[in-house]
Amino acid sequence: MTIEITASNVYDLAPADLVQDDRVAGRMYTDPEIFELEMTRIFEHTWIWVAHESELPNPGSFKSTYVGRQPVIVSRDRKGAIHTLVNRCRHRGASLCEKRTGEANGFTCPYHAWSYSLDGKLRGIPYPEGYEGVIDKSELSLKRLRTESYGGMVFATLDEDIEPLEEFLGDVKLWIDRFMKQGGGYPIKVLGTHQFTFGGNWKIQLENTTDGYHFPIVHRSWMASVDAETADMMSFMTDPEAVTHDLGNGHSVAQMVPEHSDLDADDGTEKLQDRFDELIADLRAANLSDSAIRKVVLAMHGTGFNLNLFPNVSMSAAFFRVLRPISVDRTVIEHVAIGPDGPDEVVGPVNRARLRVHEHFQGPFGFGTPDDAEGWDRVQRGAQGAPEMPILVNRGAAREKPSPEGWTTSHVTDETGMRAAYAQWKQMMSDD
Amino acid sequence: MTETLTHTAAPSLTDPRVLRGIELAWREADLLDRKEYEAWNALYAEDGHYVIPIDPDTTDFDNTLNMVYDDARMRGMRVTRMTEGYAIAAVDSATTARTVSRFLPVEVSDAEVVLRASQVLVAYKRGRHDLWAGDVEYRIRLGATAAEDLIVRKVVRLVDSEAAVPAAGFLL
Repeated sequence: MTIEITASNVYDLAPADLVQDDRVAGRMYTDPEIFELEMTRIFEHTWIWVAHESELPNPGSFKSTYVGRQPVIVSRDRKGAIHTLVNRCRHRGASLCEKRTGEANGFTCPYHAWSYSLDGKLRGIPYPEGYEGVIDKSELSLKRLRTESYGGMVFATLDEDIEPLEEFLGDVKLWIDRFMKQGGGYPIKVLGTHQFTFGGNWKIQLENTTDGYHFPIVHRSWMASVDAETADMMSFMTDPEAVTHDLGNGHSVAQMVPEHSDLDADDGTEKLQDRFDELIADLRAANLSDSAIRKVVLAMHGTGFNLNLFPNVSMSAAFFRVLRPISVDRTVIEHVAIGPDGPDEVVGPVNRARLRVHEHFQGPFGFGTPDDAEGWDRVQRGAQGAPEMPILVNRGAAREKPSPEGWTTSHVTDETGMRAAYAQWKQMMSDD
Repeated sequence: MTETLTHTAAPSLTDPRVLRGIELAWREADLLDRKEYEAWNALYAEDGHYVIPIDPDTTDFDNTLNMVYDDARMRGMRVTRMTEGYAIAAVDSATTARTVSRFLPVEVSDAEVVLRASQVLVAYKRGRHDLWAGDVEYRIRLGATAAEDLIVRKVVRLVDSEAAVPAAGFLL
């Protein structure tokens, strides 16, 4: 039974009742108690993206990040296995690693010098005689999270009992495979990361990467600054082929440029954009064949879709967008630039061009990000008003149809992806 | 016997060429606080670069991800973005007040002045004050007169360039 949300009951309803098929209560953005519940019920009980394998290139490589609000270290051990370890000494709780990325033989606490190996085992304790008959070192490893990867994407979870990662991803795997084709024949590597904050709830950004509707409005300034070919490529508002699929488990894919959904399906008719003429000349000078050049240049804008994974990462055209909730009204976003990993004479010019394309839109001074962040700030401010009035996520609800694959599908400007994410939220936040 | 001085004395802040550089840096800061972006862009040489790196140590801006790495073409588009009224972040941007100080002349010749300085900027928007602090390096090409001096390179290295900063509707 759907309960009507009113001014008198909005603060009494259980969180799961705040999500209805086509609307959600504004309280979901503003209530600190709901935020606390989300941090445990969602972020401690599902697969959270923590790294791309290229960020851990060698034995000893590490990256420090977060799973929900818990600080973790993602490390690669001597045998090549990837571990996710809570960044907290077993002795008195000090953080072990405050560097974002690096190479190490292990982690030593700065407080009393307890030392741990790359897989989290406690190796050394100074002046150990005081612990004789008191502790067993084998029981004091760092807390280790389940860590699994697919297609180079590394996820961790604090829940020992949830389904394996590949089961959680389901039909998403096909789209991850497609996304990784933007290496143009080379594997993908991380090139750099922008980080910025906005004054709003994390779910506002979760909605945004599947919000085709905002693009020509919020990003009019970016559209006005790019060449006509790029602007034309992003003109999906009235393209009936541009659709969003609900892929299950809160995941969805928004195909803004469907002709670039599968970069291998190139019939040779699409003209390479003039803006890449200089790059093409550089690649010819590096003796790359015309067909290999075509492959990397067609992939310069990434793939033609945003693949939105519940709850914290989007594989968005040519980059990863990662969200980290800080508080009910503050969120950190990372925009991770990616490019092909190969011989420098080939990938050097490609990645320099990709970095410039990324800087043009993304990051705290890009031509796109600050406008997105302004929109999200405004949602947080406005949502304080009239708490009984719902946030609408009903666009396209009457034109959804199953795709041949069986995915609920509607136009890319519709809110099918948001409805998918909120259905998963409702299920995870339910008291049942 | 008197010792002959062979080394060049460290450039002095009172050197008129250095003073011209500082004057230009302050003119630029004032234009940015007043959001006079077209006049701001006119202070840059055609081959000039405006850079806000992420990596605190890099000088290889081509091969790293930056927050801003603008040549003349990107600067021109940025000025359009900040002034034409489509960018909601720029239309409703924070009010800023910045101080550039602690100038240190690094290189001085009749052609060029390189200065190092610190910048502290406070941005106010909707009840919130954000602090943006960092080092700035200015490379200034001296013209025939002070009015013809141009910025060839400005690099803003934020103290928190590797952390999450707010998304900005103004320029540093």
